[in-house]
Amino acid sequence: MWQWFHKLSTPKYYYQWSGKWLPWLAGLTIILFAIGLYWGLLVAPTDYQQGESYRIIYIHVPAAWMSMFVYVVMACAGFVALVWKTKLSEIVVSECAVIGAVFTAIALITGMLWGKPTWGTYWTWDARLTSELILLFLYFGVIAIYSSIEDKRVAAKAASMLAIVGVVNIPIIHFSVNWWNSLHQPNMDIISDKPSMDPSMLWPLLVMAVAFKVYFGWVLFMRIRNEIISRERATKWVKELVVGR
Amino acid sequence: MRPKRKQRLIFVTILLIGFSSATALGVYALQKNKTYFHTPAEINAGSVEQDILFRVGGLVVEGSVNRFDDGVTTEFDLTDTEGTVTLRYKGLLPDLFREGQGIVAQGKLNADGIIVAQEVLAKHDENYMPPEVADALKASGASHPENIPKKNY
Repeated sequence: MWQWFHKLSTPKYYYQWSGKWLPWLAGLTIILFAIGLYWGLLVAPTDYQQGESYRIIYIHVPAAWMSMFVYVVMACAGFVALVWKTKLSEIVVSECAVIGAVFTAIALITGMLWGKPTWGTYWTWDARLTSELILLFLYFGVIAIYSSIEDKRVAAKAASMLAIVGVVNIPIIHFSVNWWNSLHQPNMDIISDKPSMDPSMLWPLLVMAVAFKVYFGWVLFMRIRNEIISRERATKWVKELVVGR
Repeated sequence: MRPKRKQRLIFVTILLIGFSSATALGVYALQKNKTYFHTPAEINAGSVEQDILFRVGGLVVEGSVNRFDDGVTTEFDLTDTEGTVTLRYKGLLPDLFREGQGIVAQGKLNADGIIVAQEVLAKHDENYMPPEVADALKASGASHPENIPKKNY
């Protein structure tokens, strides 16, 4: 097991291994998005209070979940990068930062578009909204540190440090709606027998959540492969790979 | 593990623990005063002073909504089931504003004890269901999911 991980963390082996996964991840992403979007936007019933406008939940909530999930992945990779100093984990930190920032931006923008018709305002400084905005700035910080230091190994060390320290924001985001009075709704109960969302609306949401996760895996793999090729461009195996085509 | 790696592992762990405890203390301290809104009961108990901008959250009392002749001013009562306050607002109300709905308003207390709101925002809870299910719930007399903006601590 450990040996396999060790092997996987070498760029060349990872490149070959991840290549086999790409078509499966791509296909699964497209199928899940097609099912989730059709189910959520066209089949699921309207909400008793918000009518049709609640349907933005099918983008907003999965994106918000991903914004936190990707951060945890990034922080774990940062931890590995700091302690074991494997090249691959350093690449994972930098690529997660970009993808996570996009998910966070999607969550914030869809939230604002949803907030205007339902709450009556695009933005308010409530604990959930503020902590999610801080998450976006944390991602920006990791990206900025990474790109401002010339030596990528040193850059990874500094960026990983910020990624790990920033992880304290994740429980704050999650529990913000419980700890403080907020305008944002409380967390949904989706695991008990009596979920706070009707099953006819909840199922497409779960499909969308899985679709976002698989999409993340797909994009992450592709970005890591790009970065590997770019960093290892001087090595023999990359030259052979390029010439061989 | 090699000593060098072990050293780094310990360093990162201490860094994380230190930062987490500092944040936990900060969050704990903030809980006492970082409140997005006050409840009607708190306001009745004198939690806010006159002419200071604050937020109030509560449920619009059924039958209390009174629209003035100018067409844009509305007066209504807000309750958290423990206390009731009266709000006056001049402007367009959000779509979700209705009797029985949870709202959060920002405004100042005037000399008559009425809150003159500058902004009224509608709050909704985490319950989503089709209209038929909501009607069935109501008809069966089961507790209808209400959106009383709760105090959580």
